Amino acid sequence: MSYEFLQILWFILIAVLWIGFFFLEGFDFGVGMLLPFLGKKDEERRAIINAIGPTWDGNEVWLLTAGGAMFAAFPHWYATMFSGFYLALFLLLVGLIIRGISFEYRSKDAAPAWRSRFDWMIAIGSFLAALLLGAAFANLARGVPIDENMMFTGNLFTLLNPYGLLGGVTTVAIFLLHGANFLGLKLEGELRERVNGFAKKLWIAASVLYFVLGVFTYIAGFWNRGYVNPGIIPIAALATLLIAGYFINQKREGWAFIMVALNIVLTQVTFFSMTFPNVMLSTLNPAWSLTIYNASSSQYTLTVMSIVALIFVPIVLAYQGWTYWMFSKRVSTDKKSLVY
Amino acid sequence: MDPITLSRWQFGLTTVYHFLFVPLTLGLGWFVAYMQTRYYQTRDENFRKMAKFWGKLFLINFAIGVVTGIVQEFQFGMNWSEYSRYVGDIFGAPLAVEALMAFFLESTFLGIWIFGEGRVSEKVHLASIWLAAIGSNLSALWILLANGWMQHPVGYVINEVNGRAELVDFFALITNPKGWVFFWHTIAAGLATASFLVIGVSAYHLIRKQHLEVFKPSFQMGALVGIIASVLVFLGGHEQGVFMYKEQPMKFASVEAHWETSAPADFSIITIGDLSGKQEVWSLRTSQLGIPGVLSFLACNNFECEVRGVNDIQAEYEALYGPGDYIPLMVVTYWTFRFMMSIGFLMIVLSAFFLWATRKDSFTNAKWMKWVPWVIALPYIANASGWILTEMGRQPWIVQGLLKVEDAISPNLTTVDLLISLIGYVAVYGALAGAMFYLMKKYAIAGPDAAMHESVDVAPARVGADD
Ligand code: HDD
Ligand code: HEM
Ligand code: HEM
Repeated sequence: MSYEFLQILWFILIAVLWIGFFFLEGFDFGVGMLLPFLGKKDEERRAIINAIGPTWDGNEVWLLTAGGAMFAAFPHWYATMFSGFYLALFLLLVGLIIRGISFEYRSKDAAPAWRSRFDWMIAIGSFLAALLLGAAFANLARGVPIDENMMFTGNLFTLLNPYGLLGGVTTVAIFLLHGANFLGLKLEGELRERVNGFAKKLWIAASVLYFVLGVFTYIAGFWNRGYVNPGIIPIAALATLLIAGYFINQKREGWAFIMVALNIVLTQVTFFSMTFPNVMLSTLNPAWSLTIYNASSSQYTLTVMSIVALIFVPIVLAYQGWTYWMFSKRVSTDKKSLVY
Repeated sequence: MDPITLSRWQFGLTTVYHFLFVPLTLGLGWFVAYMQTRYYQTRDENFRKMAKFWGKLFLINFAIGVVTGIVQEFQFGMNWSEYSRYVGDIFGAPLAVEALMAFFLESTFLGIWIFGEGRVSEKVHLASIWLAAIGSNLSALWILLANGWMQHPVGYVINEVNGRAELVDFFALITNPKGWVFFWHTIAAGLATASFLVIGVSAYHLIRKQHLEVFKPSFQMGALVGIIASVLVFLGGHEQGVFMYKEQPMKFASVEAHWETSAPADFSIITIGDLSGKQEVWSLRTSQLGIPGVLSFLACNNFECEVRGVNDIQAEYEALYGPGDYIPLMVVTYWTFRFMMSIGFLMIVLSAFFLWATRKDSFTNAKWMKWVPWVIALPYIANASGWILTEMGRQPWIVQGLLKVEDAISPNLTTVDLLISLIGYVAVYGALAGAMFYLMKKYAIAGPDAAMHESVDVAPARVGADD
């Protein structure tokens, strides 16, 4: 396999890992943010957490794998991005920590104060993570200050530009909607009705934000800088979101979920094709950008890693898929059936 | 404080913290899997209760391991960007493989184990705890191969064009003897940690004469596994020493406060240095007790061989790598090793004693039983000591002989950035420790009936009253 082929392959693989992460943890984050607002009684909150209980950790591993794969395949990308976005990533980690621990601990004590504290930590942690990931990716699309030594020269406030913030808020809204649709599939009775009402409102907010983000991207010219033109993919992404609205109104949760999932996937595909073959665009001088060519590992390492991925990715996909199938039943608020 | 010092503190604190929870996960998973298997085979309710009870403690501990692990995965890029650039070609691979091969396995199957009872077949449920245990031990293997490479780089070349280390032999990386010695010693340490927790918590209940049907067999199992694991830890530790003597002689000499080359070499029982850690003030050595050559034995399995001293190695390294201070902070390496080793011997003695005591059925009434819960602390101290020794003994190198810590840090980080994150981690980790300690204690004390439910109130009588 040629060096360039491997570099492109790994770019695609890492894109797939991020897409998988946004798709899977996207609804986990949404569910987390909805928790204190949707669940009024304790059993209801427990049902909501149980809906993602068996799978949230497995979903999070997509993020770890994406990080590990960036480290292995594009060490400069990993190094520049992670050190450059230092404080943002620190906050992201805090969000992930407080949320992860809360899933496991919140029902292990009966005191209402204990439980409500952890519920809020789930919501805040999920919100922080969604916001920061959205902002980080928007900044990657926009470009960040990188000097000729591959060093990020900005700070936290560099990332808090209007486009970055809009990306963050939009991601929060989309994830909320995605989470609502997921819960619509997993819950029953009154909770299911309630979450459907939420989904309708969230759909309006998400669509408006998404539209504004698209227009901003287009006007600012991030869309097509002469690399790969995403073509009609972003239009398709917007279309899936709009169609989701129809299905939400029809209470066809399965289709609504698939449509928003498609929207997330297509948006990410747009993002990755907009930047390819760059992995981090420099706003200081395009020649200083990190690309799949100057940021990658050696041909040997990429070859070894390709073989490993070829063996293990299908296995992982098989057993993760099987888990979802196994836990596809709806979750009731009957205490006896609740685990967390 | 400068960014390097702060970064090192941050890395050290967060990593040691992560590793407070990891060993128990590594070891206790096997216990739970075994107990559940016995239940599956015998239908003896007591085994079911045992699996449930220890499984509960396992999960409370596991959760913290997971959330602190995410920090670990990100830290290399965040704090050590130049390190990541320099070694990413090599070091990234085991990390990525770990996620792909181990983290997915353990997180997915643990999810099935927690939620699957009654939903999946009993066989699948049993298989899932085994797979989770295998997954976590596999994760240890890969991370230790990664760390082994930092201690003993193999299978690489330095690329003259881009100035970084590049992998040329993946097979050498995964068969790195350093990594496998790490693995042996660490897995055994994990089992020993779990055994001592099982022994200590069981003792707590035996003293109170409650749930004997669960805690008596647990104690026996803990004692049996404990002695095996402790001996394996010791043998693995000895291998560590032999390997260290060959490949990291400076670390070895500094562990022993061994200044001057000598043959046969003498083992220091207690050495007091001055505050700089570079001067000896007073020392008691084994030859003064009439047993010479103990250090030679530790280094190369015979009582005669020469062990080089810090001064010689320092001179040699200056000639090899240029002027500089190549001596690790000796107070730390010296004392952490002594903590670990003393505890290692103590654990062998204690577990042998416990095992011997269990031959009589009345051991549960023994007078010494009331002291036994305290043994839980021992492996924790030894684990932390072992890692601090390993990592600080490698100073000033981050990758032995190739890259120094001072050249590894992310150049863009300011003191303020690091103060924010360091204080943030300490606060968050502190709170985590509080919550986890509270729950551990509560469930450990509440006993096996409580473990059948998701939540308990402290008084066992109210168990299940409000789930
Ligand atoms: C229950 C915990 C425990 C116990 C009782 C011991 N160790 Fe240990 N030791 C560890 C837990 C540990 C550890 C935390 O797991 C380390 C850190 C790195 C590693 O592989 O294991 C370690 C590292 C470590 C190293 C450093 C390796 C290096 O820096 O490259 C040496 C030389 C030893 N051990 C030797 C011993 C000896 C001679 C012991 C005597 C019985 C002993 N250990 C008991
Ligand atoms: C979980 C067990 C581990 C513990 C308890 C541990 C502990 C420590 C400590 C205390 C330090 C600070 C040393 C100093 O600054 O003087 C350190 C540094 C470091 N360790 Fe480890 N370590 C562990 C495992 C690992 C592993 C598995 C790796 C690599 C995969 C690793 C990589 C590093 C790096 C990059 C540094 C920073 C540079 C340095 O200060 O030496 N550590 N570790
Ligand atoms: C500094 C290097 C390290 C990194 C980057 C790292 C990374 C991680 C990550 C990301 C997780 C969470 C996995 C999940 O979400 O399920 C984790 C958990 C775990 N890690 Fe580490 N880790 C490090 C050190 C170690 C060491 C030295 C060991 C063992 C010897 C170890 C063993 C484990 C185990 C068994 C788990 C499972 C959960 C638990 O700890 O309770 N880790 N680690």
